[in-house]
Amino acid sequence: MELEKFSYDNKIVKQFAIATIIWGLAGMTVGLYIALELIFPALNFIPIASFGRIRPVHTNAVAFAFVGNGIFMGVYYSLQRLCKARMYNDTLSKVHFWLWQLIIIAGALSLPLGLTTGKEYAELEWPIDVAIAITWLIFGWNMFGTILKRRERHLYVAIWFYIATFVTVTVLHVVNSVEIPVSLFKSYPVYAGVQDALVQWWYGHNAVAFFLTTPYLGLMYYFIPKAAERPVYSYRLSIIHFWALIFLYIWAGPHHLLYTALPDWAQSLGVVFSIMLIAPSWGGMINGLLTLRGAWDKVRESVVLKFMVVAITAYGMATFEGPMLSLKKVNAIAHFTDWIVAHVHIGALGWNGFLTFGILYWLIPRIYQTDLYSKKLANWHFWLGSLGILFYAIPLYWAGFTQYFMWQQFTPEGFLKYPNFLETVTQLRSMYIMRSIGGAMYLFGFIIMIYNMIKTIKQGNLLENEDAQAPALSKIEGSHEGEHWHRWIERKPIQLMVFSLVVVLIGGAIEMIPTFMIKSNIPTIASVKPYTPLELQGRDIYIREGCSTCHSQMIRPLRFDTERYGEYSKAGEFVYDHPFLWGSKRTGPDLAREGGKYPDSWHYNHMLDPSTMSPGSIMPAYQFMLDDNLDTSSTAPKIRAMITLGVPYPQGYDKIANKALMVQADLITAGLKKDGIETTSDKEIIAVIAYLQRLGKDIKANNQVFTTKK
Amino acid sequence: MSVLFVLIGASVITALGFLIAFIWSVKNGQFDDDYTPSVRMLFDDEVVKKKK
Repeated sequence: MELEKFSYDNKIVKQFAIATIIWGLAGMTVGLYIALELIFPALNFIPIASFGRIRPVHTNAVAFAFVGNGIFMGVYYSLQRLCKARMYNDTLSKVHFWLWQLIIIAGALSLPLGLTTGKEYAELEWPIDVAIAITWLIFGWNMFGTILKRRERHLYVAIWFYIATFVTVTVLHVVNSVEIPVSLFKSYPVYAGVQDALVQWWYGHNAVAFFLTTPYLGLMYYFIPKAAERPVYSYRLSIIHFWALIFLYIWAGPHHLLYTALPDWAQSLGVVFSIMLIAPSWGGMINGLLTLRGAWDKVRESVVLKFMVVAITAYGMATFEGPMLSLKKVNAIAHFTDWIVAHVHIGALGWNGFLTFGILYWLIPRIYQTDLYSKKLANWHFWLGSLGILFYAIPLYWAGFTQYFMWQQFTPEGFLKYPNFLETVTQLRSMYIMRSIGGAMYLFGFIIMIYNMIKTIKQGNLLENEDAQAPALSKIEGSHEGEHWHRWIERKPIQLMVFSLVVVLIGGAIEMIPTFMIKSNIPTIASVKPYTPLELQGRDIYIREGCSTCHSQMIRPLRFDTERYGEYSKAGEFVYDHPFLWGSKRTGPDLAREGGKYPDSWHYNHMLDPSTMSPGSIMPAYQFMLDDNLDTSSTAPKIRAMITLGVPYPQGYDKIANKALMVQADLITAGLKKDGIETTSDKEIIAVIAYLQRLGKDIKANNQVFTTKK
Repeated sequence: MSVLFVLIGASVITALGFLIAFIWSVKNGQFDDDYTPSVRMLFDDEVVKKKK
């Protein structure tokens, strides 16, 4: 058979590698900064640096910028070699690369400005959502193009993981991002309340599964055998691992909503699938680790393998912990505490971070045709990183348990032992300090790697196009007579099928979802009313400032929750919540029944400087809300969007909404004046107070019996 | 909870896609050989080396 000559595109791999490093540095630095904000609240000195706004910058940067570029780096390198073909189209590769970087920059600029949907890990506003979808499809096009022109008939298991990643992330992103634009930078999700929560965590969980896990498993199956120079322990196991994992993962989302207002059976279903997931996950971990059987001496020598071994170990720990956290009893302890933060960072720092570092240490010297500049520095990075993970995670596990035990402690008389939530926060200070030290160590190790990489790149010479040769794929001839027709059916339909599936899904989703959603917005609790225009504006400020990153709005039917916060939350209370704001972490207390707990003046002073009302509070100050004017020009379009979404405002309400808004604002201003606070009705703070005082009021009035305890 | 129809629909369609892919891959003979692919991937086809 005649050999075909071609070349691999290493330049695009290099570009993604450099982007991985740059965004990793940015994302981790922001992470350290927000960790320090929990210790020194003064660091929240300007709005664009306040915790609620830049916490999503950190999460998006490490997940979609650092790990995202890491995925593309690894896929573009391995896919070409596994297919024995150059990437389908160089232009597509370039467009993919630059669009992805533009999206990241747009996110990094818009999130600190408070342009956010408020949905965790999907915070970016709708124009960026559209750009993500387009860029992702370009990536898929390029990938399938390469697969179709491959010179190797067998699709290595890594490629299967890449395909699953592409297909599922497309579906997740589209379904979760169906939203109605209000303006260029503001939209409301079509789903409300419980439904929004379910969609969000179906997405959120699978973003972990299909963005942080499956592509990295593909990379594991390529780069570990390569680095160890031996085949994977069991190829058969890897096939089972793949198919079992993808069929199970997509059903596990509801485990993020245990004890919430989500129907119980949906919670149980999520638990069952989460428990089952341990089997394929550990199968994969064992397969990765046993690849090194009889070669552990290599691990002693090779810093690449050291990183990879820790990565797989972290994967194993996180995927054991995950199913355990899905058990309701365990979840009652961990949910809303720092335990979850620790769990996530075992995955992010250990699995994603260390696998990325291992790949970078292996790949950069290779495409630059040189040796790593310094093994010693790489070892320093390894130890700093490993210890950093421990110093990060252990204090946070400790913090999680501390929080839980303080929250649920009762006195012999049956009262909460720590009725003041703040006590359970100040108690964590030393653990937060330890955690920051761990994070700083990890970051410092990363910076050492950057220095090492720069030196390596300087001493080497990039092999932009790596020549290779392989025989063409021989055609399997069918019984069809026409060669041309046959070729068409062999090449195009797969492409066609995949893209028509995607198009059908997008089209179907956009058409069907709003119809479904609007019909189901019928309140099941008659006393639950839509937000007034002022409350709606206040709610959007709450979303803008990312209040839900620290404050939940979900009281679980657990005694220590209901004693502290009041009647447990009902599904019917959230039917007008576009988006839902249940939150996932209680750095501050739950706010689901905040309305009426404190006078308006308390909230005013609290926003001015939280520590005056609650000494020792770590909440940022929001003076600017007291000074900035509320943008009432957006009221009408917002009301119109809500009407479209089925919220029962009277017809034509958008035209008189601002009048109603001013009436309510004047009442609050007058009330504040009685308490000696001079302000005007057009300030943002008035809307925020209106919203906070509304929270939980709808059913409170009807349930006096339940809520007047203590 | 009508959103469950959307989610189950989307999940089932995705799962069906994977099922079709699985059936295709088995019929296509992708998994007939479940050993050598793991070894063959270790060899790159640089021009300098002659094909094995």
